[in-house]
Parts: sequence; C-alpha cells; structure tokens
Amino acid sequence: MENNSRRGFMGKAFGAVAAVGAIGSLFAMKKSWDPLPSVRSAGFTTLDLSVYKDNELVTEKWRGKPIFVLKKTADMVAKQTESQKARDIEVNGSHYMIAIGLCTHLGCIPAYNASNQGFLCACHGGQFDFSGDVTKVPPPRGFDIPPFKIEGNTLVLGEAGPEYTKMKESGVTL
Amino acid sequence: MAHFTKATSIKDWLNQRLAIDTVERVMMSEYWIPKNINFLWAMGMVLVITFALLLVSGIFLLMYYQPNVDTAFYSVNYTIMRDVDFGWLWRHVHGVAASVVFLIIYIHMFTGIYYGSYKKGREMIWVSGMLLFVAFSAEAFSGYMLPWGQMSYWAGMVITNLFSGGSLHADGLVEWIRGDYVPAQAFLTRFFMLHVLLIPLAILGLIGLHFGALRIPHVNNQDGEEIDFDKEAKKYLAGDKAGSKVMRFANDFMSKDMMVVGIYLVFFFYLVFWNYGFAMDAVNFDPADGLKTPAHIYPEWYFLWSYEILRPFSVDIGLVAFAFAQVIFVLLPWLDRSPNTVPANRRGLFAIWFWVMLVNLIVLTAMGKLPPEGMFSQIGFVSAILFIVQWLMLPFITMFEKKV
Repeated sequence: MENNSRRGFMGKAFGAVAAVGAIGSLFAMKKSWDPLPSVRSAGFTTLDLSVYKDNELVTEKWRGKPIFVLKKTADMVAKQTESQKARDIEVNGSHYMIAIGLCTHLGCIPAYNASNQGFLCACHGGQFDFSGDVTKVPPPRGFDIPPFKIEGNTLVLGEAGPEYTKMKESGVTL
Repeated sequence: MAHFTKATSIKDWLNQRLAIDTVERVMMSEYWIPKNINFLWAMGMVLVITFALLLVSGIFLLMYYQPNVDTAFYSVNYTIMRDVDFGWLWRHVHGVAASVVFLIIYIHMFTGIYYGSYKKGREMIWVSGMLLFVAFSAEAFSGYMLPWGQMSYWAGMVITNLFSGGSLHADGLVEWIRGDYVPAQAFLTRFFMLHVLLIPLAILGLIGLHFGALRIPHVNNQDGEEIDFDKEAKKYLAGDKAGSKVMRFANDFMSKDMMVVGIYLVFFFYLVFWNYGFAMDAVNFDPADGLKTPAHIYPEWYFLWSYEILRPFSVDIGLVAFAFAQVIFVLLPWLDRSPNTVPANRRGLFAIWFWVMLVNLIVLTAMGKLPPEGMFSQIGFVSAILFIVQWLMLPFITMFEKKV
C-alpha cells in the first residue's frame, strides 16, 4: 500500500516534469518554424508611378510576391462601377489598379488580356476585371491590395497610409 | 538467468544469444499464407521492392543534391545528370519509382476493396495502409519541391495555400508552414528535411504497423473464407501439404511473390531506360520563378483525381470536398455495413458500386489533366459529385445486402 502510493507519487512527479518539458519543446519547435526576422523585416518597395502606360500591366515585386500595376485609361475610369471605384487608387489625378498579383483561390498568377481588360487564372479558371475584382469563381474575392502609402507621385508598399486603412476598414481588401 | 554452453557452431552460438531459429520460424517458415490467392497478392512485396529502390536511389541522389534555392536546380540538372557517373540512373530510378509506386498502391488498395480485405479483424490493416498512402503522398509532394523548378515552386505555392482554409484566411498558418511569405529558402530546406528524414521515418514505422496488423487476422484469400490457421498449419506440418489450405511464407509463398516481382522489375527498368519521360514534367526543367506562373499547373497523375474534386467548386466547398476525398477511404471498414467478406462480384449492388468508383476515379484523373474549360469542366463537375454521392450511398446499399 505504502509502496503503491509512493509509486503513484513518483509517476505523477514524472508526469509533471514531462508535461512541462513537452509543452516547452513544442513551443520551441513552433517558434523554430516561424519566418526569420530577416524575412519579416524584408524591405519596402517604392514605385515611381510616372513610368506606367495606359492599359499596360506591369508586374513589380514586393516581399517575394508579384504586384500588379495597371494604369487605367480614361474610358475605364469613366465606366467604373461603385465597387470598382472602391478599389481604385488615385495619385496625382491618374487612376491605378495596384494589387497583389496572386489569385485569391490558391495563389497562381493570373494573366492580363489587354483587349478584353480582364485577368484569367490558368490554374483553376478564375477571372478578374481590370479593377482586380473577381468575375468568375473559384476565387472567393478580388485581388488583395498590399499596404500602401502615397507620397507625391510615388507609392510605398509595406506601409499603411490613410487610403489603404480606409480600404481595409471598409472590407475592400483583407 | 539464461544458461550458456560452449557453442558447437556459429549458428548455435547465435541461437543461444539471438534465438535466430525461432525468429526464422515465426517470421518465415511458419508464417502461414492461404493457398487460394492470385498474383494480386504479390503487390505488397512489389511495394517493398519499390520502396527499397526509392531508398537506394535516394541515398545516391542525397550525396550531390544541394538544398539551396540558388544551387538546387543546377545540382539536379547539371551535377547529378551530367557530372556524376550514372547520376542519371539514380534520378530516373527515383522519379519513375515515385510515380509507379502510386500505381501499385492503387492496385493494392482496390484489390483490398474488391476482396473485402478490410473487414472482420482486418480493419487495422486497412487503416495503417491508408496512413501509409498519406505518408507516401507527403513524401511525393516534398520530394517534388527539391529540384526547385517551375512546377516545384508553383505546386508548393498552391498546396501550401490549401492550409489557409479558404474563407478562414489562416495566412499566418501558411506563412508558418513556409517560413516565409512565399516559398523560399526556409521552405526548401524544411521540405528537404521532411523528405529525407522525418517522413521516411514515419513510413518505416507505418510499414512495421502494417505488417504487424496482418499477424493476427492473417492474409485474406480469394473467397474471403475464414480459415482456421492453427488447424491447417498442423495439417501441413503433419505432412498433409496437399490437403492443407495454407503454405509457408518462405520459401513457398515468397518464390511466387518474387516471380511477380521479377516480371514487375523488367517492366520497371524498361520505363527507367526507355520511357522515363512521363515522370519528368517538362515545365520543371525551367528554374523556379516566383513572378511567372506556368500556363497550366497540374499535379502528378496520382493526385489528379483529388485535384479534380477540388477544382470545379468555389473555394470553400472545393476545400470541403477535397478534405472529404482525402479521408473518406480510411472510413471504408465502417461505411461498409455488410457482414459479407467475399469478392465484390458476389455482393450484388456493391459490385456495381466498386466498378463505378474505379471508372469514376479514372475519369476524374483524365479530367484533372485537361484544362478547366467547357465540356471538361462539366464532366469533372459531374464526376466529382458522383464520387461524393457514391460514398454517401455506401452505408445504405451495403446495409440491405443479402447475407452470402
């Protein structure tokens, strides 16, 4: 009897030590898989918006991801619907579609067709219009818009300016 | 304490210390296999041999492969393919075996489904087998990342994005898995680790479990007959070899097994030497480029059916359907409500269910390879629905099955 309770105590004591160790090691293992600080702090990208041409898609790079920059034609700006306007970025009187160029379904890069002013994703057939809004499933939403800040005629990606914050709060982008 | 005597031979010396005679008897000469079987019962051994080929070729590739985003592609396509003597052989053996192993796994699986080898005490054989399928899938995927070509990169992008869970937007989880915002160095190194160490360890453990699960219920036979293995073994050992329903694992069963393995190896090395192209996607001979998606992204043929179940739906429903397809086979022993352990052709509606399932998986595989447009999109959609409906129907059609 006495032996049993002593064994029981030793069992519990070991259990407690093992549990602390297990939780500690799981925590360390989880943290070891996190992105490194050098990855996290990966810089900001500054775009000079004076170089883009009407209805010509240019792909820039920010944190390893492709960034679509499309300068809209006067015709496109004129025919924008309310939901398309909500995604519009206006700098110095010119209108742009600027977004992360990854399909919101599973992350392929859709291709732009300048003649029908839309994007098609070859992976699973998703489609987007010139404002980056989704027009055909499977993608669940339009292109995500990266944090941006307008500074004169340039745009800084990675920093959240008031225009971006407004978009985020109104649910235009995630 | 054990009493040791002066050994009369090396065998006796080992016997006193390791009981090698007993081990041989338990594992080989008195491990009993039914006689009423056919060549499909050799697929297990074919898989063991294929796994051995993967292991050996992998060891040689490991000596020259460099898990670095700047050098990985060239270490495979230049160093291994051109500089290393017979490097091409290891790579083609590894690539072809990785593809063919799934063909054999599917044959092995459908043999089990056809003969009801997942019932009456054989449930753990089925479950451990399905866990092996999952482990092999993870092994195939992680290995596909390593050459760091365009398909590696974009398959890595698409598959890791699955973990965002659609509308759940678990982007943090996806970044945690990758160790970066996009597949990059951290991603390549950790998938290298998974491919060469962690998953192979899991596979070895699961193979042990799979074999262990066979010991008590024993191997099934062509008629699903319940054999009294002790009685039949006694009959065999008493000299009535012809009258007994069982035979020794070694050398009797093994000799037939290895005959099938021999035929398989001729076919296998024919593929390695003359037709390895199917296992080497042309797109993956372009180095990874994060700013350019290839025109068509499709997985290797063995994942196409589940990919096609993902594709025709909107993202959330697609993910749910995909998750359903991944786990549903594991539940087969419980979804099949019939007590009959006989071949499918004697089970009425279940026979139709079996062949429709098999053909539908082939249709899904074909549609998964074609671009998601027009007619193909619709056939894929119907097939995906049919797959789900078939599994939902299974408990009902087997519940009312007549006892054979």
